[in-house]
Amino acid sequence: MYVAVKGGERAIDNAHAWLSQARRGDPSVPELSVAQIREQMTLAVNRVMAEGSLYDPDLAALAIKQARGDLIEAIFLIRAYRTTLPRLGSSVPVDTGEMAVTRRISATFKDLPGGQILGPTFDYTHRLLDFTLAANGSEVADVAASLAEPAEGVPHVMEFLNKDALIQAELQADGSVPDLTREPMELPASRPLRLQALARADEGFLLSLAYSTQRGYGRTHAFVGELRIGAVAVEMEIPELGFPVEIGEVELTECETVNQFTGSRTEPPQFTRGYGLVFGQSERKAISMSLVDRALRWRELGEDFTGAPAQDEEFVLMHADNIQATGFLEHIKLPHYVDFQAELELIRKLRRETEQGDLAAEEQP
Amino acid sequence: MSDYNFAYLDEQTKRMIRRAILKGVAIPGYQVPFASREMPMPYGWGTGGVQVTAACLVPEDRLKVIDQGADDTTNAVSIRRFFQKTAGVEVTEATAEATIIQTRHRIPETPLTEGQIFVYQVPIPEPLRFLEPRETETRRMHELEEYGLMHVKLYEDIARHGTIATSYDYPVRVEGRYVMDPSPIPKFDNPKLSGNPALQLFGAGREQRIYALPPYSQVVSLDFEDHPFVASKAEHDCDLCGAADSYLDEVITDDQGNRMFVCSDTDYCRGRRAAGQVGRLGGEAA
Repeated sequence: MYVAVKGGERAIDNAHAWLSQARRGDPSVPELSVAQIREQMTLAVNRVMAEGSLYDPDLAALAIKQARGDLIEAIFLIRAYRTTLPRLGSSVPVDTGEMAVTRRISATFKDLPGGQILGPTFDYTHRLLDFTLAANGSEVADVAASLAEPAEGVPHVMEFLNKDALIQAELQADGSVPDLTREPMELPASRPLRLQALARADEGFLLSLAYSTQRGYGRTHAFVGELRIGAVAVEMEIPELGFPVEIGEVELTECETVNQFTGSRTEPPQFTRGYGLVFGQSERKAISMSLVDRALRWRELGEDFTGAPAQDEEFVLMHADNIQATGFLEHIKLPHYVDFQAELELIRKLRRETEQGDLAAEEQP
Repeated sequence: MSDYNFAYLDEQTKRMIRRAILKGVAIPGYQVPFASREMPMPYGWGTGGVQVTAACLVPEDRLKVIDQGADDTTNAVSIRRFFQKTAGVEVTEATAEATIIQTRHRIPETPLTEGQIFVYQVPIPEPLRFLEPRETETRRMHELEEYGLMHVKLYEDIARHGTIATSYDYPVRVEGRYVMDPSPIPKFDNPKLSGNPALQLFGAGREQRIYALPPYSQVVSLDFEDHPFVASKAEHDCDLCGAADSYLDEVITDDQGNRMFVCSDTDYCRGRRAAGQVGRLGGEAA
């Protein structure tokens, strides 16, 4: 008779047991190892590291396994782990000019010092399903050792434009690094804080926003000045030593856009920049980030606010985090029956009053 | 569990949260920004309340967690277990025995007492949010005490429906200054906010805000002289314990349109039945 709402504890235990079974799938199929995920699902691992804001391929691979391949869930696992780690300090800014480049392309120059390097890209592959992969035909194409070697000391394309003052110079930051994981976000945000938020923002959200600018909602006329992917050294200043020491290496994707700009009330005609920097090989995200970064700079460059979503700092920054978004979205599946009951009573009351009003109207001659 | 600090958060983080709480207590109803951490449960599921509770807990505490007034709803179970695991504190379902109570959407029927801390989980801390989506704007409105928009909204409700069409999350004014969101409690609970002997703390994790009502704060539900605020509930008695004064859940019992009404506060209902009170269906259902 009385629908039992008791038993929450047992229900949770049973659900978790079932989840672990579902995660494993058919036991007759060999189990995935974390190393396999790390090596063969690299781009998924990269996305989890980027949006989880933690550079650790092994943990990211573990999170993907635990999350049954749900990348947002995996990012959540990494974030929840990351938040417990002590903050030891900030690294010296990484020098992407010293990147060991595995891919480097420029869309604005046919050729340039350092050359165009396609690297391991899906570009120009024909998207035809490769049934030999399905048949475990693990035939790996040979790459000449000399070609697979990363290129060092490749200069930034932007520097060529900078020499002629054709591109707007970047402001130097004052050296203090904001940390949005340690301070509440305050608006309006500085550009470093904005970039930090974009770097961990949801790839899909940034992609759509960037795409919207291309279709006219806050158009910025972007060209990919340079896209580069490769490893950079991370150095830290050790106070006792007095000089920076290399503590590791991270793979980054950096995108700099060159944006056409005819000048504004405050700025002369020159090219302007958008910037994207993301952990791992994450091209789509880096390009999206640089377009959104450029769109958000309208105030600084004296442009008009056209009401485009990508120009709206508060809209972009408050909705870009997929862990916040998914948590709040999915919380509506939690019980809300107390509020629903209050709404039920209200609707009943309003309907009663409307009906009485109608009756009274009918009785009037 | 030794891998994590007592009550999960590290001491630095707790100190940061306690500072925000103290500021909130000093300025009742004011939303204090704080550097909310990523918790091991999703945003929107009580991360603000959990952080406030974690910052307040001491090993001697006795914790009660409710969701929709009940101790045994799944998310309440999950949060209670979290603190049992990470803080090892004693837990209870009895409102009167708890030193800290974390809640979602209800204030218990049993009156709170001095010394108790009552922690609300808050999804959207900004009472003006659905009138003005921009945080930069709403903060200025609070600064200038510019609450006309809210009164216009309530007035429009009356003009359109003949009554204020807000049944939960009903806005209040604290000590004659800040308009505050009481979290999505039914408006039935609003009168309990005012003059309450317990310390009431509100945590919004995703929105990075903490606010507070010190004990015995004056809290007024917004209304008009000719349309005074009315705390409402289903016009029934509890079918299990017969209580006429408690907030009720409506439970559909079959596909013939039959339903029963039961106390949303499970501890209150159980206490009454243990004391021999019986409702309409109390005999068969118990």
